[in-house]
Amino acid sequence: MDNIISLRHIEKTYGSEVKTQVLFDISLDIQARSFTSIIGASGSGKSTLLNIISTLDRPTSGQVYIDGTQTSDMSKAALAKLRNEMIGFVFQFHYLLPEFTALENVLMPARIRDGRVTKETMDRARELMKLMGIEKVANNNAAKMSGGQQQRTSIARALINNPKIILADEPTGNLDSESTEVVYDIMRDINERYQTTFLVITHDRRIAQKADRIVEIKDGRIYLDLPNNVKQLA
Amino acid sequence: MKTALKIAWRFLTHAKGQSILIAVGIAVGVSVQVFIGSLIAGLQAELVDNAIGRSSQITVTSAQRGELIDGYQAIVSSIEQAQPDALYVSPVVDASGFLRAGDGSDFPILLRGLNIRQADQIYRFSESLVSGTLPGDGEVLIGVDLAREASVADTVTLATPRGSTKEASVSGVFDLGVASLNERWIVSNLAFAQDMFGYAGQATAIEMQLRDPFQADLIAPGLAGILPDTLKVTDWKTQNAQLLSGLNGQSVSSLMIQVFVLLSVVLAIASVLAISVLQKSRQLGILKAMGIKNRDASLVFLFEGFFLGIAGAALGVLLGLGLSYAFTKFALNPDGTPVVSLLIDPNFITISAVIAVVSATLASLIPARRSARLDPMEVIRNG
Repeated sequence: MDNIISLRHIEKTYGSEVKTQVLFDISLDIQARSFTSIIGASGSGKSTLLNIISTLDRPTSGQVYIDGTQTSDMSKAALAKLRNEMIGFVFQFHYLLPEFTALENVLMPARIRDGRVTKETMDRARELMKLMGIEKVANNNAAKMSGGQQQRTSIARALINNPKIILADEPTGNLDSESTEVVYDIMRDINERYQTTFLVITHDRRIAQKADRIVEIKDGRIYLDLPNNVKQLA
Repeated sequence: MKTALKIAWRFLTHAKGQSILIAVGIAVGVSVQVFIGSLIAGLQAELVDNAIGRSSQITVTSAQRGELIDGYQAIVSSIEQAQPDALYVSPVVDASGFLRAGDGSDFPILLRGLNIRQADQIYRFSESLVSGTLPGDGEVLIGVDLAREASVADTVTLATPRGSTKEASVSGVFDLGVASLNERWIVSNLAFAQDMFGYAGQATAIEMQLRDPFQADLIAPGLAGILPDTLKVTDWKTQNAQLLSGLNGQSVSSLMIQVFVLLSVVLAIASVLAISVLQKSRQLGILKAMGIKNRDASLVFLFEGFFLGIAGAALGVLLGLGLSYAFTKFALNPDGTPVVSLLIDPNFITISAVIAVVSATLASLIPARRSARLDPMEVIRNG
């Protein structure tokens, strides 16, 4: 199987004195180039799961494989490199750096990777921003854009290093329904155009149904896993 | 590295007000350092110049009290050969006597027979002349107070303690700024004094100055080693221990002030940058999620400290020099000369600036460590 992400028996417990178990024995495979939605009530553990997949958080037990590599033994520096090159992040709060312009924000992961901006990177940034419809605000300060523009900038940023995986946590949580629609269409478009794997957390079932596969998390366990045929069910 | 540099620069320029405030803080510290340092150095230079600038810094005399030095020419040349740091090495004939005034009264004098050309470099008579010129053959130079008290005209009659007298014409009057010298000294050339006191071919002492007066106590024993045992070498430092301990106390207190100023600057930078890490924790979390390495994350703050140090040091040196300039312009004696003439030492200023930059960078180590340890999950989880 062509699995870009594999989780094996992931458990996560918070706290040292009062222990709260958030995830229970989760095993999950995500196929390369797929578009998967993770849904669930707030507090269900879906964000924790995404953070563990992203290597920002470590599981209490269990293994995470990214593109076939076990991540639990890797050093912090190696994980940073993995995140930089393999994974693009889109958060609910756009998390742009307010000190930089939209274009500079988009270029930041490439700058971290290469230490400089090559002409190819610059061309790619411009192309991505055009694709997102934000080429006109490229030189605006990140803080001086609308919510939708900021989120589209952060998607362009997630894509700049041509990562194999995009992890998005409620990417449209702060947007109105029109912007939400636009952002999702863009993500699907990129999924097809660049063959990027998408793993998207959302609480919006209407949006989730646009995915190839829906995974529902409930009380820290996989409650529902509907691959491929969701659209027909809907 | 370059990325960290760019981020650091942007963080600083984005929060202009804050950055300027820190830089000014450093600048005030550096300027105080430059000013105090120049002031103390100027004060000491003036003090040293007043105390020893116009006198012999190493003096060679006979080991036996009252004995004379024979063959001083050979000794002068052997000193000049052995010690290139010795300047204006010159033989002297000093002898007490009297000046017989027109009304028959006697004034006690010290007749100083000098090698005028050499001795002028030590005592700077030519700068101290009130009237007339330096003495030639058969001429003498008289202190301004003695000239007034004894109503000296064009010629004077000098007497030895034994009673023999000698006439001399007065070539000029000097004012060395010290009453005891102005009242007692009469300066002639070597031959005049030798002739008057019957010291043919002899001198009472050999005097010299040094390139660095503070080396006197190190150079003197070396000279004693090459000279015959019948001669004694004395240096000003051994004879002026009290002045030296005063100078030392001044240097130490100046150093203390500078250390504490530096300490407060370092603490200020460390605390402001530590707060700035908290302010930027969101940005750092995002950068770490995007894969910036902990090393680069801490470099951001080291660069911030470095830039702030450079800006602060540059501004501080300008401010300090400005302050010093203002001080010499506005703190004046009644005659218009500065109360203290500052000594602007480029080396000292460079060292102060370098220390400020280094300590600003070191102060940023603490926030840099915090930055390295920051867990991006804190930011992502808490939004």
